[in-house]
Amino acid sequence: MRRYLGRKLLIYLLTFFVAVTIDWLIPRFMPGNPVDTMLARMALRADSAEVLRSYYIRAFKLDLPLWQQYLNFWAALFRGDLGISTWLFPQPVFQIIKRAVPYDLFLLLPAIILSWIAGNRVGAIAARVRWLDNTILPLGYILTASPYMWLAIVLAWALGNVAGIFPIAGAYGFGLRPHLSWLFIKDLLWHWFLPFSSLFLVMFGGWAIGMRNMIIYELESEYSRYLESLGTPQRLIRKYAFRNAMLPQITGLALQLGGIVAGALATEIVFAYPGIGYMILNAVQNQDYFLIQGCFLFIITGVLLANFIIDLVYIVVDPRTRLGMTGE
Amino acid sequence: MAQERPKEVRSEFLYFALRNRKLRVGLGILVFFLLFAIIGPFLTEYDPNTYAGPSAQPPSSEFWFGTTTFGQDVYSQFAHGLRSTFIVGLIGGGIGTLVGVVIGLLAGYRGGMVDEILNMLTNIVLIIPTLSVLIIIAAYLAVRGILTESVFIGLTAWPWAARAIRAQTFSLRTREFVDLARMSGRSSLRIVFTEIAPNMMSYLFLVFILQFGGAILNAATLDFIGLGPTRGMSLGLMMNNAVLWAALQLGMWWWLIPPGAAIAAIVGALYVMNVGLDEVFNPKLREM
Repeated sequence: MRRYLGRKLLIYLLTFFVAVTIDWLIPRFMPGNPVDTMLARMALRADSAEVLRSYYIRAFKLDLPLWQQYLNFWAALFRGDLGISTWLFPQPVFQIIKRAVPYDLFLLLPAIILSWIAGNRVGAIAARVRWLDNTILPLGYILTASPYMWLAIVLAWALGNVAGIFPIAGAYGFGLRPHLSWLFIKDLLWHWFLPFSSLFLVMFGGWAIGMRNMIIYELESEYSRYLESLGTPQRLIRKYAFRNAMLPQITGLALQLGGIVAGALATEIVFAYPGIGYMILNAVQNQDYFLIQGCFLFIITGVLLANFIIDLVYIVVDPRTRLGMTGE
Repeated sequence: MAQERPKEVRSEFLYFALRNRKLRVGLGILVFFLLFAIIGPFLTEYDPNTYAGPSAQPPSSEFWFGTTTFGQDVYSQFAHGLRSTFIVGLIGGGIGTLVGVVIGLLAGYRGGMVDEILNMLTNIVLIIPTLSVLIIIAAYLAVRGILTESVFIGLTAWPWAARAIRAQTFSLRTREFVDLARMSGRSSLRIVFTEIAPNMMSYLFLVFILQFGGAILNAATLDFIGLGPTRGMSLGLMMNNAVLWAALQLGMWWWLIPPGAAIAAIVGALYVMNVGLDEVFNPKLREM
């Protein structure tokens, strides 16, 4: 188990190191000077451009030798200093991200966990019920092939615009301020429902198909056939098959995380939901490079953390990892 | 006799391929959209970005898919966007598959230190969320074309392919015919490409199909965030514009729905084809 965890931790640390390095490298080694590109896009007067230019040079600390810039970057990172946003000047990027994160967690955690559980259950049932299989399978393929933002658009259009049941923008009504009351919580949930549903549905399709295929594969395998020949009740065989099919689904969750986060970003943009995705859209449109870089680092840290949690779950679920039988 | 066998095998594949309903349906949808992408742009006189007519019109005989808030022809945007979708899928998926195949084969066949290093690299790129890297790269590129986008998408999408191919190579490299080739003194490179790769051709094809679909979805998300091509048209960009210019609030379904529906149909068709082909290649899975 120690070997398994140690190996994983090493990979995560290396990944974090690579990610931070990419974050540092790209602005410096992209064709052209990012500062000049940034200023050119802003179309400022010559004198104000010069002021901003020197600000950026100092902000990026581009006047120092490269190795020193790199070390400074790390040092600043550990102080939680991700620079100052130009879009929401003079707020620190860290503060902006901190404000957005609760919305992301509120949207993502229930969507990921519930869709995973529901998808696995329904997929497992579909593997043995013919009519369910014939309906879930095509539906699952359509759902899992839909771009996240498209399903979000369809739901917003159908349930928000045409039927007028749900609001289609923001995390709470324009007339409200965040505070603790039933009115606010109800409004929050009301705004949360559509973005949550669109994320849930796309993921649900993928998990259901994955589980259905895994169960069928497991029921065809040697141990199932052997149990069958011994006269074991079908229910018990299916239980074993389900347990074995769970493992790839857990690994799948770890592998999908990056894609899920990307989907959440796009969904937030559709609903103008004030999470990281919406921040990135605004940062891109306002060429706020510090904010983009900050969001990038935040997403990577989040995905690494989630991966680590999944690894811990894996240790509980799969006895082989505890015995050090798998190095991966 | 020796010359007749491959033909026989091929016709057997063809026989099962034509009988497979999933493959027929998937291929049918794919070919439909491919033809649309090739022919579609010629059927309209409007450029996707010119202001061709009155704004925010629902579909009519003049503008088949309606017009945008600015009076651009949605049909023209759709047809041109479909083209770039296939280009991104082909190039992005192609590069993703190629890099995955080379790294997977190398790691799987060589083993040892080479495998350790490549495996570490694969794991690192696997964990980093692809899209966030693409966002950072795209944000700093002042001019972005569909080709650059496809290349970057391909270069970040290979890890799972490399991993899967590595596992396949592991199981193949201890087979007798590979040992025999090794004894005959051939170089590793030749063994990998003449003995091992041909034996997983069907598998590689399936990987390519999934990479193709993945590249299309990645590109759509990237374009939707506003980091797509700075010139040209794409389906993701259409959705980006539609949402930015309040098509949702105005209920302009003809602008909102078609681009994503096309992507969902194409990627869905690819997935279904993938399952169908798997059944064709793998006799165990064939439904009799």
